[in-house]
Amino acid sequence: MANIFSDHKKLERNVSLLGVFALIVVTIGGIVEIAPLFWLDSTIEKVKGVRPYTPLELVGRNIYIREGCYNCHSQMIRPFRDEVERYGHYSLAAESMYDHPFQWGSKRTGPDLARVGGRYSDEWHVQHLKDPRSVVPESIMPPYAFLTERELETDEIQKDLIANQRVGVPYSQKDIDSAEADLLAQADPDANAADLLARYPKAQARDFDGNPKKLTEMDALVAYLQMLGTLVDFQSAEAQEQAR
Amino acid sequence: MESLLLRSGAWFGVALLALFAFAQTTETAFAVHMAMVGSAALLVMWIGLAKTDYLAVLNGLIKAPVDQSKYDDDLLRWGVILITFWGCVGFLVGVVIASQLAFPLLNLHFEFTTFGRLRPLHTSAVIFAFGGTALITTSFYIVQRTCRARLAFPGLARFVFWGYQFFILLAATGYLMGVTQGKEYAEPEWYVDLWLTIVWVAYLAVFVGTIVKRTEPHIYVANWFLLSFIITIAMLHVVNNLALPISPFSAKSYSLFAGVQSAMTQWWYGHNAVGFFLTAGFLGMMYYFVPKQAERPVYSYRLSIIHFWSVIFLYIWAGPHHLHYTALPDWAQTLGMVFSVMLWMPSWGGMINGLMTLNGAWDKIRTDPIIRMMVMAVAFYGMSTFEGPMMSIKAVNSLSHYTDWTIGHVHSGALGWNGMITFAAVYYMAPRLWNRERLYSLRMVNWHFWLSTIGIVLYASSMWVAGIMQGLMWREYGEDGYLVYAFAEVVKAMHPYYLIRATGGLLYLSGGFIMAYNIAMTIAGKALRQEAPMTETPYDAAQDRPIVAAAAVAE
Repeated sequence: MANIFSDHKKLERNVSLLGVFALIVVTIGGIVEIAPLFWLDSTIEKVKGVRPYTPLELVGRNIYIREGCYNCHSQMIRPFRDEVERYGHYSLAAESMYDHPFQWGSKRTGPDLARVGGRYSDEWHVQHLKDPRSVVPESIMPPYAFLTERELETDEIQKDLIANQRVGVPYSQKDIDSAEADLLAQADPDANAADLLARYPKAQARDFDGNPKKLTEMDALVAYLQMLGTLVDFQSAEAQEQAR
Repeated sequence: MESLLLRSGAWFGVALLALFAFAQTTETAFAVHMAMVGSAALLVMWIGLAKTDYLAVLNGLIKAPVDQSKYDDDLLRWGVILITFWGCVGFLVGVVIASQLAFPLLNLHFEFTTFGRLRPLHTSAVIFAFGGTALITTSFYIVQRTCRARLAFPGLARFVFWGYQFFILLAATGYLMGVTQGKEYAEPEWYVDLWLTIVWVAYLAVFVGTIVKRTEPHIYVANWFLLSFIITIAMLHVVNNLALPISPFSAKSYSLFAGVQSAMTQWWYGHNAVGFFLTAGFLGMMYYFVPKQAERPVYSYRLSIIHFWSVIFLYIWAGPHHLHYTALPDWAQTLGMVFSVMLWMPSWGGMINGLMTLNGAWDKIRTDPIIRMMVMAVAFYGMSTFEGPMMSIKAVNSLSHYTDWTIGHVHSGALGWNGMITFAAVYYMAPRLWNRERLYSLRMVNWHFWLSTIGIVLYASSMWVAGIMQGLMWREYGEDGYLVYAFAEVVKAMHPYYLIRATGGLLYLSGGFIMAYNIAMTIAGKALRQEAPMTETPYDAAQDRPIVAAAAVAE
């Protein structure tokens, strides 16, 4: 032991040695814990139904991030009986595989949103976002009425998709070329959304905010909320005992 | 003259680039930020040009030589003022958002004042503005004095200090405008991250440069912690913020990592923002200011070696305990848990080394309110580093995760450990930096101590109750086999605890205001406050006489 302490004097007298040693010591944990996640196949099991976000959903997700919804809402259902009964099937890794960055959250001041899609009507969401306490009296959520006023910015959507493609989201060239058209078509009840639905299965195309004349940030946010957790079909693969 | 031209030219170039980006962008928030960058660059250029003594330059004279027999402390005086300022701002925003959770009307119907945007403002104001300024200021104070050398690269040191303040301004205004990456404690967008990276590399250069210049043979233990903090934060910041902007003229970027990898990288960063920013860096403060104030040497040299290396090695592994029972692979969760529990021991090694330094000086807790603050800080460090490993055990975490218990835990560390040790350091440095006999008032330090302590107790205990209650109510089943409580009912049940928490925060904030007044009066330096000293044993002349029987008096 005495030797270790006297050898330590070398480190204490040489700042480069001390710095390099410290750097080596602090890198080990990260390398062991993070690096394998990129090459172990079992990290993200392939799941049928998971697809990249439609342009409208992506813009909605960016509004979700901008408003800091992750500060109070998680998107990660843990495999406990109460959580599964309250929120739905526990979250799978594949369900957030196109999330740059993840929005699993760390606090449930409000409920989990991983499977909020389809649970409430569009009207409920709009009313709730405008004035939360008008539908949930106990709620302490801030009001987001300004989203219904604000026109949705669509001019950068192509760049958003390109950036996503570059970081690994499998958008096709067609997806990128028709990004703006897709965005408009999904929120317009009169548009023909067949092409959009062919490339983005299970996408929901309609007017979301109750005001078909205007494309607002509310449209995008509700479109995002309504698709959360709806892509994977858990019914068809429900766990059951094997009969013998 | 040439270097002045070069520097002014460089800043002018930055201003031009910012103007170009300002003209190109279609986003309001990005335009505002580019306007801020441009104005700041012009301001720095103007200060550089205005401060130059042209007559001296013309006469071929160089700048008046600085007094090499004194430490380079100009920046540190600004540091003490800004620590106090950012502290009060951070606590104030904290009280505001705590009140919003009790009374949602306080969200005020403006997009800029919603909880979602103010919460990152609070966390960053406290961690990065208050804590970061404290770290930069104290590290410059400590490294000069323990190396017996002036700061290396004084110009670069000024760039580090003011560059960091500018980072805070960009980040804070960004949050209000909704510019965020959506990752906790790593919210600033790509261009703000790039700026911080430049500032941080300069910080490393100044710090290491000063150590290289030292006239003491050994590098003091406080500097080991500060060095590892600077190096590790650089690594964490760069890796976690790898992102691709959608265009050079847009604030929006997409993280290189997605889903599971993004979560793991984020909490590797997030937990070590705690481990290195809020622990290693602040342990550096402890190792300098506690022995100084107690006038006793550090308790154990060997313990400091063991606990230094084991703390920095183990901390890095602890990140996955933020992701228990999520879609992160089980092996990573288990590793995170095991290392978090192991981390308990070296953390307490640090606590023991700090507390036992008071050996032979324990009476000072009674007489010196600054020592009292330091002891309370180290005690809270010990408590939170016990609570943390406990909460990282998966069974405990299944109850505590997603609840207010986590919030309480963070605040017993942040308010108790980081806050208290910073206050003590500020109280230590202020009279010395301004050449005052002592602080304006020690009684006020005592008030600050008790307001903070009671505030923390209210905060932590209300959040324990709230958190455990939430966890139990969410999972409660009735006899019929159904969940008993709707989510909204649990929200409603939190109201009294959120009120108590806000009260605790208010007490802590008022302590901060008392500190600000005390520091301001110390700087003004007119007179010390007329007050009973903390240490005096009372003397009552009337009692200081023999007892004489009444009859004897009559005679």
